Amino acid sequence: MSSDNNKVLVVGGGMSGLTAALEAAESGAQVIITEKLPYLGGRVAQLHRYFPKLCPPTCGLEIQFRRIRENPRITFHTLAEVTGVTGSVGDFQVTVQVKPRYVNDRCVACNACAEACPAWRVNDFNYGLDKSKAAYLPFDMAFPQKYVIDREACTGDCGAKCAEACQYGAVDLNMAPQTLTFQVGSIILAAGWELYDISKVDYLGFGRVNNVITNMQMERLAASNGPTGGKILRPSDQRPPKKVAFVQCAGSRDENHLPYCSYICCMASLKQATYLREQDPEAQASIFYIDLRTPGRYEQFMWKVRDDENVKLIRGKVAKVDQEPGSDNVVVTVENTLDGKKLREVFDLVVLAVGMVPSTKQNPFPLPLSYTPEGFVIPELLPEGVFAVASMKSPLDVMKSNEDATGAALKSLISLSRR
Amino acid sequence: MEERKYAAYLCKGCGIGAALKFGDLAKVATREAKLGLVKEHDVLCSPEGLEMIRQDIANEGINCILIAACSPRVKFEEFDFPGCIVERVNLRELVAWTQDPEDKETQALAEDYIRMYGAKIKKVELPEPYKNEEEISKTILVIGGGAAGLSAALFAARNGYPVVLVEKEAQLGGYGAKLHRATPTSYPFTQLQEPPVLAKIKEVQAEPNIRVLTGTQVVKMEGQPGLLDVTVNHNGNEETFRVGTVVLAAGWKPYDATKLEKLGYGLSPDVITNLQMEEMARNGKILRPSDGKVPETVVFIQCAGQRDPEHLPYCSDFCCAASLKQALYVRQANPNAVAMILYKDIRTPGHLEMFYKEAQSDPGVMLTKAEVTGVELAPGAKLKVTAQNTLLGENIALEADLVVLATGMVPVTLDNPILNLDYRQGPGLPDLDLFNGFADSNFICFPYETRRTGIYAAGTVRQPMGMAMAMDDGVGAALKAIQALEHIEIGMAVHPRAWDETFPDPFMQRCTQCKRCTEECPFGAIEEDEKGTPFYKINRCRRCATCMGACPERIVNFKDYSVDIMGSMLKSLDVPTEDDIEDDEEVPLRLIGLVCENDAYPALDAAGLHRLRLNPLIRFVPLRCMGSFNLVWVSDAFSRGVDGMLLLGCKYGDDYQCHFAKGSELCAYRLTKLSETLDKLGLEADRVQLVQLAISEYDKLPEILNSFVERVKEIGPNPFKGM
Repeated sequence: MSSDNNKVLVVGGGMSGLTAALEAAESGAQVIITEKLPYLGGRVAQLHRYFPKLCPPTCGLEIQFRRIRENPRITFHTLAEVTGVTGSVGDFQVTVQVKPRYVNDRCVACNACAEACPAWRVNDFNYGLDKSKAAYLPFDMAFPQKYVIDREACTGDCGAKCAEACQYGAVDLNMAPQTLTFQVGSIILAAGWELYDISKVDYLGFGRVNNVITNMQMERLAASNGPTGGKILRPSDQRPPKKVAFVQCAGSRDENHLPYCSYICCMASLKQATYLREQDPEAQASIFYIDLRTPGRYEQFMWKVRDDENVKLIRGKVAKVDQEPGSDNVVVTVENTLDGKKLREVFDLVVLAVGMVPSTKQNPFPLPLSYTPEGFVIPELLPEGVFAVASMKSPLDVMKSNEDATGAALKSLISLSRR
Repeated sequence: MEERKYAAYLCKGCGIGAALKFGDLAKVATREAKLGLVKEHDVLCSPEGLEMIRQDIANEGINCILIAACSPRVKFEEFDFPGCIVERVNLRELVAWTQDPEDKETQALAEDYIRMYGAKIKKVELPEPYKNEEEISKTILVIGGGAAGLSAALFAARNGYPVVLVEKEAQLGGYGAKLHRATPTSYPFTQLQEPPVLAKIKEVQAEPNIRVLTGTQVVKMEGQPGLLDVTVNHNGNEETFRVGTVVLAAGWKPYDATKLEKLGYGLSPDVITNLQMEEMARNGKILRPSDGKVPETVVFIQCAGQRDPEHLPYCSDFCCAASLKQALYVRQANPNAVAMILYKDIRTPGHLEMFYKEAQSDPGVMLTKAEVTGVELAPGAKLKVTAQNTLLGENIALEADLVVLATGMVPVTLDNPILNLDYRQGPGLPDLDLFNGFADSNFICFPYETRRTGIYAAGTVRQPMGMAMAMDDGVGAALKAIQALEHIEIGMAVHPRAWDETFPDPFMQRCTQCKRCTEECPFGAIEEDEKGTPFYKINRCRRCATCMGACPERIVNFKDYSVDIMGSMLKSLDVPTEDDIEDDEEVPLRLIGLVCENDAYPALDAAGLHRLRLNPLIRFVPLRCMGSFNLVWVSDAFSRGVDGMLLLGCKYGDDYQCHFAKGSELCAYRLTKLSETLDKLGLEADRVQLVQLAISEYDKLPEILNSFVERVKEIGPNPFKGM
C-alpha cells in the first residue's frame, strides 16, 4: 500500500480523526490528516476530565501522539483546510489551503517570542476566559509543540519583536499561505462539533447576565492548564462560587434551536458537579433537567453523584436566567414539570449545558454532500469512498466516537482495496 | 550491530547551555560514560546540528547516539537516525527548565543523567521482530450472528479476510431478526423501519468469504492470536479449525422477568415483556393473552429491572425507544387504543429525540414520569397499575388491559465465558465484574481493548446498545481483529505499543518456576509446560514488561529494556559521600524517580514547560509501565547509596488509568513485599513510595517531590553510602 490512490485523507485531527487515522495506518494504509487548528486533539484537549472515569483526556492523547510519532505512514498538516475535492473513489484530488503559522520547524517552544510580544489575543482555547499573547503556544500539551502567531491580533507595529527575540530563526513573519494537493483513494470526514451559539437562547442570559458560562468554559476553569490554574472562579469577581446551577438542554431538545438531544450534556454536568465538589466541600450544585440521560453503564456514575448530599438533581425546565439586582449573582427561574410550580433561586454561577452542532453546519465540506437541516451529514447519501464519523453524523460521546472512527477506518480500507 | 561506535551530542540551546558547565558535562560523557565522540552544538535540532550528526554517522561510522537535549517527546522527527541506536537525555525539561541555573546540584543532576544514559546505551540493542515458526492464519472468527457479529463478519470479509461466523441458534440475526419493526436510524428519524439486520443476513449469506456455522458454540480455543485452534460443537459434531483473531459478539439475553413480581409478572398472563409484545406484533395481532381480546389500554412500564441496584444496576439503552415503537404498534393495530408509557426518564439520545417527538405527537400515546408502586388484578379482568410522583398527580391508579414490562439486557458473558480459552488464567475475559458482566474495557479512548490479545468484543456483549449501534460497533471490532493479524505477522506489538518490535526473551536456565510471571501477566500471555516451566505465547504479549517486573530472578529481557539495563542506570549514579564534601557541608541526598512513561513523564515535561521548580535531588527514569518495576532495582539503588526511591504511576482501582490495566496496581502490590527486601538491608520502608499521578497533574509535582525528599531527610542518609 504505497501508491497515491491507496492513501486515506482524514479531515480533522480531533479524537475521532486521530483514531480513524491511526487505526487505518496501523492496518497498513498511508494516511494524511488535515486539521484547521494549529494543534491536534480537538475538543477533547480542552476537557479537564472524561466521564465516567474522571481521567484526563491528555492521557489518551499522549498515546495517540506517540502512535503518530512512531508511525511513518501518517503525516499531518495543521492550520490546514480542505478547499476542494474532485474525482471519485480511488482517485480523489484534494486541494488543501495551509495558513501560515509564521513559525517554522526550528521552533523549540522556548517562549521567548511570547515574552517579547506586546499584543494580546482572546484565547479561544480557553473559550475567551483569558487572553494570550499574539505569539503563543495553544496550550501546554499542544502537539506539535510549536508556537503560532496570530497575525490578526498582532499589531505589526512593534518592529517584529518576536522575530528579534527568537534565537533559533523560527519566526517568519513573511510566511506565505500554501496550497497543497493530494491524490487519495478515500476520505474520512471527522470535522467534529462546535458549541451551539447559546446567546441565541435569550432567556438563558448568556452574554447578558454576569456569571453565566457554558459547560466548555467550566471545563477550562477546572483544568490545571486553564485560565485560573484549575480553580473554579466565577468570571465577574474571580471568587469561588458556593452555589452553582447547571441548566440542562441549553439549546438542545428545543424546536427553536436544536431539535435533537446532544447526548453528552447530562453526563457532562454530573461530571462538572464533581469538579465543584472536589474543590469545595461546602459548595452546592443544582442540576435542572428535563430527563436525566445517562444511558448504559453511565447510570452508576449518576448514582454516585446523586448520592452526594450537596448535589441536587431537580426535574424542571429553566424559564429564565437574570441578574440579581445590585449583585453579580444570578437568579434562575425554574418551572417544576411535576407540580407546575415556579421556583426562583439565586446562584453564584450558572453553567449552561450547551448542546453540540456539527462543524459542517457553519462550514460545509467542499463536496456536494447531503445534510440534515441541522447540518449533520446523512451517511447513506455520501459518495462512494467518503465516510463521515462521529459527531458529523449524530451527537455522541468520546467512546462511541472512537468506535465509529475505528469502523470508518475499515470502511476506508475496503474502499481502497475494492477499486 | 557488528561494531558499536558511540557518540554523545550535547545541546546548548533552550537554556541548557546557560544552566550547565559544558566542559564538565563533556568530561563525564568522555571519561565516565566513555562515549568515544563527544560534541556540543548551540542548537542541535537545527538543520546544521543534525547535519553534524549525519556527517559523523557517514564518516565516523557512529551508530550509537546519545542526544543530550530536550525531551524525547519533542523533536522526534529531527532525532530519528534509522539503523542507529538513539537514546535521548532530557537535559531541557528535567534540568534546564526546572532547576536553578549554574547551581552545583543542577550540574550534578545533568551529569548523573549523562552517566545513566551512557550506561543504558551500552546495553541497548536494536530490536529484531519476533518471527512465528508457523505461518499465521488470517481467518477471523466471529462469535455471534446478531447485529454486531453479522456486520463484523461482513466488513472483515469485504476487506479480504476469510471469516468463520458461529451462531448458537439455528438462525442468524439474533434478537434483531425477531423484531416486528425497528426504531428509526436515518433522517428524518421519525419512521419505523424493517429491522436492518435482515438485510445484513442476506448480505452475509451471499458473501463467499464467510463460512456460517449455525447451531454452533465454541467448545475450546487454544494457542495464541494468529495460531488459535478453535474447537466448535456444530449441531452435536465437534470440529477443530485454526483462526487468527476473534470478534466476540455473543450478545445478550433478556433479564429474567420472573424476578419482577412487584411489577406483576406472573400475576396475570396480561402482564408481558417487551419481547413478548414484539412477538405478538410480528405475528400480526396484538391481543390479550388471557382472553384474546384487543386491548384498549396498554401500559408500558419502563426500567422493568433496569436502573435498580437489586436487579440491573444500569440502563439498557434501547428500551425507551422500543416502548415508544411498541406504543405505535398498539395504536396502529387499534386506532381507539391508548398507550401509556410510565418512565423514570425518557432516554432517546441524539437523533432518537425526533422519534420521541413523533410518537408524542400521536394523541393516543401518553407519557408520564412515574414511580410505579405496583401492579394488581382489577375487576373486569383488568389490571391496576399504581404510581407516584407523576405528571398527572401525586398518586395515580391506571386501569390497563395489558401491561408491558420494558425489560432490559443481560450480557451473555455474565455467567458464561463463551470463548472457552484453554489459557492458564481462565476460559473467559478477566475481571468482567467491573463492568457488570459486560465484555467491556474501561478505556474511553480505546474502547475495543480487552485483556485477551486478538479478541475484540462488539455489540451488546460489550455494552447495552440498540441494533444500529451494535452494527456499527461490529465494524470497529473487525478492524481491530484485522489490525492485530497484520501486526502479529510482522512481529510488531499491538495496542498500546503498536510500534514496538521488541519482545520478552527470557534466560530460561535461571527460571525457578515461581510462576509469578504467569500469574501477573495482565494479558495471560504466559503458560506452563507439564513440568511447570513457564513459556511465552508471544502473540498474546503486549510488551508491558510486567513479567520483567514480576521475576525475582531478573531473567526477562527486551532488547531495549531489561532489569540489567535499568540496574546499570541506577548503579551508574555518582553518590557523594562525606569524603567528597567539605567538612561544614551536608552530604546531598540522591533519590531515584521511576515514572510511568505515558503519564508521569509527560507531566514532568509539562512542569518543565511551565518552568516549575522541581527538587534537584531526584533522577527520573521512565518505565514502560509501572508493572515492570522490579524490586531488585531497590537493592541496586540502595546498595549504591541512594537514599530514596519515588515511584510515579497511574491511578489504580476500579477506574484504573493504566493502559496495561494492572501495571500500577501490581507495582503497589509488590511494594507490600518491599519491607522484606529493605529489612534485609536494614533500611526503612518509607524510603520507597508510590504516588498515583495523572498526566494532567504537573502542578502537583513540586509539592509531591519536595515532601518525599523531606521525608527521606527526616529518615536520614542511607547508611550504605560509600560502602
